[in-house]
Amino acid sequence: MAQVKAPKPSALAAQPQALAQAATGQEMSGAAAIIKSLECAGATDVFGLPGGAILPTYDPLMDSQRLRHILVRHEQGAGHAAQGYAHATGRPGVCIATSGPGATNLVTPIADANMDSIPMVAITGQVGASLIGTDAFQEADIVGITAPITKHNVLVTDPNEIPQAIAEAFYIATHGRPGPVLVDITKSAQQAPMTFNWPDHIELPGFNSGARPHAKTVQEAARLLATARRPVLYVGGGVIRSGASEGLRKLTDLSGAAVTTTLMGRGALPDSHPQHVGMPGMHGTVAAVASLQKADLVVTLGARFDDRVTGKLESFAPHATIVHADIDPAEIGKNRAVDVPIVGDLKDVFAALVPALEEEHKKHGKPDLEAWWTQIDQWRDTYGLGYVPTDDGLSSPQHVIQRLGEISGPDTIFTSGVGQHQMWASQFIKYERPNTWINSGGLGTMGFSVPAAMGAKVGEPDRTVWSIDGDGCFQMTNQELVTCAINNIPIKVAIINNSSLGMVRQWQTLYYNERYSNTDLHTGHGTKRIPDFVKLADAMGCVGLRCESDGDVDATIKRAMEINDQPVVVDFTVSRDAMVWPMVAAGTSNDEIQYARGIAPEWDRGEEE
Amino acid sequence: MTRHTLSVLVENKPGVLARVAGLFSRRAFNIHSLAVGQTEHPEVSRITVVVDVDQLPLEQVTKQLNKLVHVLKIVELERDKSVQRDLILVKVRADARQRADVLQIVELFRAHVVDVAADSLVIEAVGAPEKLEALLTALSTHDIREIVQSGTVAIGRGSRSITERAFERASA
Repeated sequence: MAQVKAPKPSALAAQPQALAQAATGQEMSGAAAIIKSLECAGATDVFGLPGGAILPTYDPLMDSQRLRHILVRHEQGAGHAAQGYAHATGRPGVCIATSGPGATNLVTPIADANMDSIPMVAITGQVGASLIGTDAFQEADIVGITAPITKHNVLVTDPNEIPQAIAEAFYIATHGRPGPVLVDITKSAQQAPMTFNWPDHIELPGFNSGARPHAKTVQEAARLLATARRPVLYVGGGVIRSGASEGLRKLTDLSGAAVTTTLMGRGALPDSHPQHVGMPGMHGTVAAVASLQKADLVVTLGARFDDRVTGKLESFAPHATIVHADIDPAEIGKNRAVDVPIVGDLKDVFAALVPALEEEHKKHGKPDLEAWWTQIDQWRDTYGLGYVPTDDGLSSPQHVIQRLGEISGPDTIFTSGVGQHQMWASQFIKYERPNTWINSGGLGTMGFSVPAAMGAKVGEPDRTVWSIDGDGCFQMTNQELVTCAINNIPIKVAIINNSSLGMVRQWQTLYYNERYSNTDLHTGHGTKRIPDFVKLADAMGCVGLRCESDGDVDATIKRAMEINDQPVVVDFTVSRDAMVWPMVAAGTSNDEIQYARGIAPEWDRGEEE
Repeated sequence: MTRHTLSVLVENKPGVLARVAGLFSRRAFNIHSLAVGQTEHPEVSRITVVVDVDQLPLEQVTKQLNKLVHVLKIVELERDKSVQRDLILVKVRADARQRADVLQIVELFRAHVVDVAADSLVIEAVGAPEKLEALLTALSTHDIREIVQSGTVAIGRGSRSITERAFERASA
């Protein structure tokens, strides 16, 4: 096994500007220009897999001193790794693939990055310009295919346009609301000679990177926050993408409002903050869901009123005046009518809103929120997050995940796939800082966890990275553990193995009369264990561990924590009957939240106006 | 649902029309008509889109269009503050007996005959969509062989120019 010590990306990202100056005017091939452009854009780590139409570019890549290329085993892995990298570091992730199937394998990560606003640049090879439109070998119109799921994309046929196209791609991906940009470059452009010219500034007349928050609406939001009796800050992933946690903290402390962080916003405010009431939505805490339903003011910060948060939209937060701050004007009023719109980067929004609120407090005094907090505390005390241990002798998945969080600690980065394990990981791990919780929120991509963890570990090599995964998700993308083992990317994987597609099974339990159509995976306790995850881990150059009872959970986690020179896979065999609670059934009102099966909270009567 | 006419100024780049049209279909809007062509600035094209849609979803689709990197500006042209024109070509069967009758309709609508054959005429008419509809109704008693229509093109009344304003904004 090659023991290449992962270089620290931040140490390498030095002075791309000087690099660009030195390269400008040089004669080179289009392929060399792609590599030079990536270097000039500040990229240090790229994830990819070569093939015919991108082959010219892989030749100069071999000589690059600045780019670490990680050879994945599937292009989808490259895409999710770039996402995990970007999510963990805040820097754009880069993935490279060949034409046709290489490019189409990137479609899922691109769509995922588009939904979750992740800055990502995808470079794809395209067949030679003269072959386009002839149904050539490995030809696919990837620009056409990804137009609806990218922030922008472009086909480059002229080698002289390569630096400009890549410079613009990085600019667009990282400015305004972040998102994925795809640059498709023909093989003929890669092979042709060109003169390198790195643009010293980007001019895109049709691109709005975001307005400054309007003083008048900020003022109005401040006045509302100063006078509301039941205020809630509804915080989404925008706060994390903006790097605005500090501002959020100030606004939280100053306003005294309740704060709820969405699935994408977990970690924006420490979970230990006393005003943090948990996650909203379908599997949110009763306190978070109820406080939104009873609020008289909801200040929405970088969130988008997703259906998984609002439940039945018409009955969401029915008494609340809505303030909505977002960098993307298209989000304002998209789902919920907004009373006070604020368009701008959340960092700027907090910078304006905090002093404006201080001013309002001078006028109105601090609002009396005692009754509101008495009410919220009652919800928290009565309906705190919890679970009932299962009675089949197997571990409770919630216990495993909770202990992972407690033992590994708040500096750990956690990634997850999609399903029950994702919800438990969002509920039972306490997040204390931003960019520590990486999951596929909008698209809900099963298989996201392992490659995303790989990307996060490459970006943050000094942090422990735990991939929490389901047995279903794990079987979709576990091949990247080979990439991790060979490239010395020692991630840790916790398979929450309930031997089934757990979330689908939960819905079958609740809504389909316990008819378990095609959700049994045969990987767990008492089955043939196909595949045997411990053996599979071993075959892929990882350490494989198994844990089958609550009593062994701590010791197994500690053992996994001690192994840092190899990826570790832990097969936590858990009960398949555990369910995610609380739950708002799809399409119903948040008022119908069930704390556990058949148990609905009792709302205080006479509260509403 | 009401009918809206949008003028979309775009950079003259490959694939822009597909992106704009795709955005409408992706959000389940039916495009009633679409016309595209160059403007007084060779690097800028102008797409005129006519859609049937309520005000709120129209606002959303406009915002989404604004996010396309090659879209420079979007203006809704209200009917009474703009001139809106379609072009129509109609091939009508008309031998010597029917010709006078058809020509009379052509005259009434201030249309033109642009092709004459022994047994047919091609009529060209330009006008607001309602006028062209009336022309077709008048012709309907004859044997209409073929109809082809352009999309609506529209321009605001008065001296203001939306392309000029787009460029002011871009250079600001």
